Amino acid sequence: MTVLVLAEHDLGHLSPATARIVAAAEQLGTVDVLVAGHDVSGVAAEASEIAGVARVLVADSDALAALAPDALVGLLLPLSERYTHIVAAAAATGRDAIPRLAAKLDLMPVTDVIAIHGPGRFDRPIYAGNAIETVSSGQPKQLLTIRASAFRPAATGNAAPIEPLLPTVGTVTKFLADYRTEGDLPDLGTAQIVVAGGVSFGSAEKFALVADLAKALGAAVGATRAAVDAGYAPNDWQVGQTGKIVAPDLYIGIGVSGALQHLAGIQGAKKIIAINKDPEAPLMKIADYALVGDLFEIVPALIEALKR
Amino acid sequence: MKILVAVKRVIDHAVRVRVKPDGSGVETANVRMSMNPFDKHAVEAAVQLVEAGAATEIVVVSIGPKQSTDVILTAMAMGGHRGILIETEARVETLAVAKLLRAVVAEEAPDLVLLGKQAVDDDSNQVGQMLAGLLDWPQATFASEITVVDGGLEVTREVDYGRATVSVPLPAIVTADLRLNEPRNAALPMVMKARSKPLAVRPVAEFGVDVTPRLTIEKVSPPAERPGGKLVGSADELIAALKGELSELEAL
Repeated sequence: MTVLVLAEHDLGHLSPATARIVAAAEQLGTVDVLVAGHDVSGVAAEASEIAGVARVLVADSDALAALAPDALVGLLLPLSERYTHIVAAAAATGRDAIPRLAAKLDLMPVTDVIAIHGPGRFDRPIYAGNAIETVSSGQPKQLLTIRASAFRPAATGNAAPIEPLLPTVGTVTKFLADYRTEGDLPDLGTAQIVVAGGVSFGSAEKFALVADLAKALGAAVGATRAAVDAGYAPNDWQVGQTGKIVAPDLYIGIGVSGALQHLAGIQGAKKIIAINKDPEAPLMKIADYALVGDLFEIVPALIEALKR
Repeated sequence: MKILVAVKRVIDHAVRVRVKPDGSGVETANVRMSMNPFDKHAVEAAVQLVEAGAATEIVVVSIGPKQSTDVILTAMAMGGHRGILIETEARVETLAVAKLLRAVVAEEAPDLVLLGKQAVDDDSNQVGQMLAGLLDWPQATFASEITVVDGGLEVTREVDYGRATVSVPLPAIVTADLRLNEPRNAALPMVMKARSKPLAVRPVAEFGVDVTPRLTIEKVSPPAERPGGKLVGSADELIAALKGELSELEAL
């Protein structure tokens, strides 16, 4: 069994998701990592340090600079012949490329894998994590995206050989601009810790407390749909069935009642902390630690304690 | 511009889904069904392009049982011009869905295919990308803004770090994310009018696509139960618990 892992990277650095995908992929066979992009030698060097990586393949090309899916799939198509599994994180690059590649190869992909039971047997969440589907594939090749947060990262300390490829791919997609959410908070979808706030903050100014706590924790910020609808938080912070699905190791819900559609988005959280003045709130019932009280007293105290 | 919009009938997103005790799937009997929320954003985007004079016709397509005409009617009440139901009672995998849509694209020759970024039942997030692959068309997934420019589109996409704007030539595939727009609720006169719009119900066999599933669904299980919660008495206790969790995370 041979596995090709498509590296996820941004701004010249390997995404922390990749070490987790490598660890998952090791269950399937020998792992090569593909780093595609432009000026990505630094990313390749980071990838070669991940334990368990046999080789790092580097495809450096202008056409791959924005990782346009048509260019990426053009690169992956000939490479795929050599591998039994093509694997990527269920993140921006992989979500776009893996299904497109699958269709070109006339294969059914399995996306958002959270457990690997064998070379062709996987668990994936459906209904926003309210059910888990176990699927098996008798196909000759498996194309997967894997939810990084479901796997522990591989160690570092490796020095896998780096082999350049000579990609001859093109794209009709033109990259025009990016808009990065201000600050250096981690991405909500792959964050280890998520701090989320509800509508009870009462205003956008007061909602900033959520971001303050998140900063103190190195966490991503989330919000309920009600908080977003009230204008306290931007739309891309919305966690829930129709927003972002998060699966952090630790989720802290502040003034979050736990409406059905919000709970659907946090099913994958390993530990839950809830702070609410209402002890009967649904989130309080399922939290590992629940504290009844005034969030305007508790949150500043938490921030203060973390700074010490 | 002619637009094809694909919509799916799913369990309403406000319904708490229940896994059947025998593990064969989730309970769908007597459960409220509606249009996949992301597909509503796709329909709304198409209607807005027509209203802005950038598009002239919207064809709505769905694949599923007879009852899926409901979501096609909803889309036509929002402003779609005609509908096609590819009728089947069977489970149709995303690859087969993409192939069926390719067949519809071959018949209709749209300039743009709009879809929701994923369906909230199987959460696959595959069909738009697969259809783009089959057609060798450019794709712009997770769209939060669509602007028509000379001969193509500028699409702002939701990506991991925020947003990115790309330009793609037409024909193209665009999948809709939540921030794209606010889908309208069709007023009653529009709902009535939708009933008189053309809706072709065609058996799946007519399309010559092999829809035999490639994957076997072995079982569907409920997620792991959460152990009962623990009420802590004070902020200090919570801080201690939080610090304990943090040092555990650091150890990993």
